[in-house]
Amino acid sequence: MSQQAPARRPGGPMGGGGPMGFGMGASDAKAQDFRGSIRRFSRRLRLERWLIVLVLLLASTSVFLAVLGPKLLGNATNIIFEGVVGRQIPVGMTQDQAIEALEATGSSDQAQLLASMTVTPGQGVDFAALAQVLALVVVVYVLSSVLAWAQNYIMAGVTQRTMYRLREDTDTKLGRLPLRYFDSVSRGDVLSRVTNDIDNISNTLQQTLTQLITSVLTVIGVLAMMFWISPLLAVISLLTVPLSFVVTMAIAKRSQPHFTAQWKWTGVLNGHVEESYTGHDLVKVFGHRRESIAQFDDANELMYESSFKAQFISGIIQPAITVVSNLNYVAIAVIGGLRVATGAMSLGDVQAFIQYSRQFTMPITQIAAIANVLQSGVASVERVFELLDEPEEEPDADPAVVVDSVEGRIVFDDVAFRYLPDAPLIEDFHLVVEPGEIVAIVGPTGAGKTTLVNLLMRFYDVDSGRITIDGVPTMSMTRDDVRRSFGMVLQDTWLFEGTIRENIAYGAAAATPEQVEAAARAARVDHFVRTLPQGYETLLTEGGANISAGERQLLTIARAFLADPSVLILDEATSSVDTRTEVLIQQAMAELRAGRTAFVIAHRLSTIRNADVIVVLEHGRIVEQGSHDVLMEARGAYYRLYQSQFEEPADAA
Amino acid sequence: MTDLLVGYLRPHWRVLVLIAVLLLVQAIGGLILPSLMADIINNGVVTGDTAYILRVGAVMLLLSVLVGVASVVTVYFSARTSMRFGRELRGDLFRRVELFSLAQMHRFTVPSLITRNTNDVQQLQMLVMVGLTMMVLAPVTAVGGIFMAIRENVQLSSLLLVTVPLMLVVISLMIAKAVPLFRVMQVKIDSVNGVLRENLTGIRVIRAFVRTEHEEGRFALANDDLTQTTLKVTRLFALIFPTLMLIMNLAIVATIWFGGHLIDDGSMPIGNLFAFQAYIMQILFSVMMAVMTMMMVPRAAASADRIREVLVSEPEIAEPAQPAQRLPQTGRIELVDVEFRYPGAEESVLQRLNCVFEPGATTAIVGGTGSGKSTLVNLLPRLLDVTSGAVLIDGVDIRSMALDDLWGLFGIVPQKAFLFGGTIGSNIRFGRPDATDEEVWAALDVAQAREFVDLLPGGLEAPVDQGGANFSGGQRQRLAIARCIVRDPLVYLFDDSFSALDYTTDARLRGALAARTVCRTVIIVAQRVSTIMQADRIIVLDGGRIVGVGTHGDLLDGCPQYREIVASQAVLEETR
Repeated sequence: MSQQAPARRPGGPMGGGGPMGFGMGASDAKAQDFRGSIRRFSRRLRLERWLIVLVLLLASTSVFLAVLGPKLLGNATNIIFEGVVGRQIPVGMTQDQAIEALEATGSSDQAQLLASMTVTPGQGVDFAALAQVLALVVVVYVLSSVLAWAQNYIMAGVTQRTMYRLREDTDTKLGRLPLRYFDSVSRGDVLSRVTNDIDNISNTLQQTLTQLITSVLTVIGVLAMMFWISPLLAVISLLTVPLSFVVTMAIAKRSQPHFTAQWKWTGVLNGHVEESYTGHDLVKVFGHRRESIAQFDDANELMYESSFKAQFISGIIQPAITVVSNLNYVAIAVIGGLRVATGAMSLGDVQAFIQYSRQFTMPITQIAAIANVLQSGVASVERVFELLDEPEEEPDADPAVVVDSVEGRIVFDDVAFRYLPDAPLIEDFHLVVEPGEIVAIVGPTGAGKTTLVNLLMRFYDVDSGRITIDGVPTMSMTRDDVRRSFGMVLQDTWLFEGTIRENIAYGAAAATPEQVEAAARAARVDHFVRTLPQGYETLLTEGGANISAGERQLLTIARAFLADPSVLILDEATSSVDTRTEVLIQQAMAELRAGRTAFVIAHRLSTIRNADVIVVLEHGRIVEQGSHDVLMEARGAYYRLYQSQFEEPADAA
Repeated sequence: MTDLLVGYLRPHWRVLVLIAVLLLVQAIGGLILPSLMADIINNGVVTGDTAYILRVGAVMLLLSVLVGVASVVTVYFSARTSMRFGRELRGDLFRRVELFSLAQMHRFTVPSLITRNTNDVQQLQMLVMVGLTMMVLAPVTAVGGIFMAIRENVQLSSLLLVTVPLMLVVISLMIAKAVPLFRVMQVKIDSVNGVLRENLTGIRVIRAFVRTEHEEGRFALANDDLTQTTLKVTRLFALIFPTLMLIMNLAIVATIWFGGHLIDDGSMPIGNLFAFQAYIMQILFSVMMAVMTMMMVPRAAASADRIREVLVSEPEIAEPAQPAQRLPQTGRIELVDVEFRYPGAEESVLQRLNCVFEPGATTAIVGGTGSGKSTLVNLLPRLLDVTSGAVLIDGVDIRSMALDDLWGLFGIVPQKAFLFGGTIGSNIRFGRPDATDEEVWAALDVAQAREFVDLLPGGLEAPVDQGGANFSGGQRQRLAIARCIVRDPLVYLFDDSFSALDYTTDARLRGALAARTVCRTVIIVAQRVSTIMQADRIIVLDGGRIVGVGTHGDLLDGCPQYREIVASQAVLEETR
């Protein structure tokens, strides 16, 4: 019996016969360039090539021994058989005499049978010989198991180390990709590649690599043995193999469209469930309950039909293979029996043959199962490689200008930028900001306000013109240095899974606890933190979801405080908070701004009234620049925007 | 879990009996084949009776075919039964959740409900499918095999007394060690993925604070951790199969050794040695399969619990036994001593509220976070039920109205504008399915959405992704508002529905809306002073109580909380 485990998902039913045992319909994804991707992935395994060679050696030896086993057991059975026959011959008669006697009575078959054996008349089973053979068998099997285990042990290390490296490379790649990439693709898709696809590759690698090696070797070894024992029976067994293969493939093919349909309807159904539950209120109040249920029932029914057919048809595979293998068993029993009766084959060999056919079909079905799992795995490999092939950010200027301390004089010099070639955004932009000045940037949504932030922080680079800090062009500084000069408080308050203290100190790793608390006090959030049971050591859940939106905002302000930047960027920071907390936030921000150059981008005109300079953007162009009073006098875009805040509906002049 | 399974499978009992019988046939058939083989050897080979060999061979052939047919029929019925099981369970779950109140939805949380209706049902369905085939077949084969083995030769069967327990011990040990490790591995995978997810969502902040290296370090730790654990798990699993196979093979060796002795002293014919080997293999293999498939049970049981939880929850908002026949005509809403408290909460969200919403007027509701604004608005269409007091429309208690009738009076635009997958047209018509194209465009006009819908390829037929993800926040809001407008209900409920619009659009929209809703009751919950300033009446909520009612001017004079709100948004003097 083979020593190797069938391809399976840990925790799931074993054997190639479970309902999903063939990985059928596990994933619809098909690889585009199967061989190319495998080849490219194999290059990653090169680091481990000596270990892989060792594994191949161990596998070959283990399989060789495992294949030897049934033959030796067959010999043991022969010894017993010879004993049985020997007993039947009366003491005193020799073997030849017995043969002649049989010939004489017309039992020529039996005579031939006897002639093919070595029998000691009158004596029973030669237990000494039997013991020897069986002892050898035990050694062979034990050795085979040990080697199989060693092979799996080593291979586990190989696959895990390879996966470690792949994960690491992916993470590093993410750090080198420009923000343009992340803004242009769906975050869900990137996440899926670095998580789901990599997990899929890991599982596939674990399941298929060792399996493939051992299965192929086993098939070869068993085939060789079978031919050596009895070419006739081997050919019969060989017939069953392609038969089961053909049957499997034919059935799998017929079931595939149903699996595809099943996945499709599952998607539709789940989508409907998600929509109905998320829009639960709307469905109820707008009177769509009945319709929603009807839509569900329709999709449910179609899913039932397709999944039933899929399961049924694919479920036939196992019984079909069992029938084929049973037919094989019958053939061996009958033909083997006949040949033994005529002395053409030994009984032990028949026994061995039965074991070999069992040992033969399992790897075949496993290879079929692997083929499917492999498809899905390679598709994932391709998706990950796509990510790894993405162009990286332009390298920093070398040698870069190093700036020690920044006063905060920012100049936009004839800057032009657009995200897409046919969608102009910022053109001929000039702006001079002296240290300590507060710049308010306003305009309707989509006017380019966050774009200015992207350019300042060098998340994106200008198409033409330049931005200078204290006279030094940002392009000639390293990106890190540019970013260190700024402190950013975004509308989207990102906090990571760590303590409040760690989050506040994110921008200043060497901060002392006193400094952290001072920053929190300045951000008006110290009191709140102290009301929490664990205070500053409170662990924030991913995304910081266990505290309210307003408090998250205050924490990000504290974070900016601690980083103590020379230039501040506040991006639509207060629009998601209720009015009370907003007062706190405004006070905190006012204090944060004191003495620093600040770029404030806000929806609420009230927060920017006190700015030194107001920059009004419309369709990416500065249409106005100046203080509040000056702009109100000018009765231009700013004036219009400001007035619309208090406009009378329908009665406006 | 058992009562859930029994409940849904009981109607199929006839099919289940058939399956059981067929499985029995399969098991017995599978066990008879080796004994027929033994027969061939004993009475055919040894005696040289070739005709006998062929005869028995034919019987074996027929038996194989019979077993094959039986198994195909089994698969048919188990696939059908298990998939039907899944279909019915899914349907019942969905219908139940559709009746849930807002509070119930929040208690279970929407993502959890989705999982229960999809993944958890899938788990159970698979369990039923596997159960109807393998989980019954394996034990039956094992027991049958043991029976046949003992019938063959009691002495040799005593081998089983050693091998079967040995196998069970080995498997149990492996499972005991592997399963917890497996769970740990899952946690580690979640950690690694968690770091990656964080890095993706916070990429701007990470780069802004120059923490890319730090994050890479965090990742390396999690990656290393995961690799170590996975290594342990895989190496442990690597041990299982070779060990089990070794046990099986040694069992065969022992069979031959002891069997040899029995054959020698004539207690057992040689052919039976073959049968015995086959039985041992089948028994041990079945034991292994049975245990392995048992591993599915705990996970399925957990899923079953989650499903039961939903099915046993009675809907909190119930239809009245005798629905009111007279329906409100004008839409005058009155709250009488209304109080709302979440079950088990210490404090009420709303305390003894009394107020009126008049038709033909726009009433605005303002207040800080946690003041109860959204709760109040959810009480009106009975998305939540009052804990005490009553909500009356035209003097009729809303609880005495049929839910469909009640809902027909309302149009809501919730805080987060949600659109359904389909087209612009289908989404707007969600408000009123029989709306004509002109009516839809008119609604889009009022909602200030025409300008961008006009530009879309296909206009009303332009596709809308699930949730409206292919539109900006402001566009979604306007479409949601248009959906409400086309319905033209007696009562319009806007829960902070203008927040994503800029000031100009906001003002224009409210102007157009006012023209459309002359006789209607319009209720607006908002944060922006500019939105509420124009309202006919403003209700100020604080800590679940009404602290001020009146016009903007009245409140500036007499309500300190209102003044504070206004102050935080604009300069006081400008707005008088």
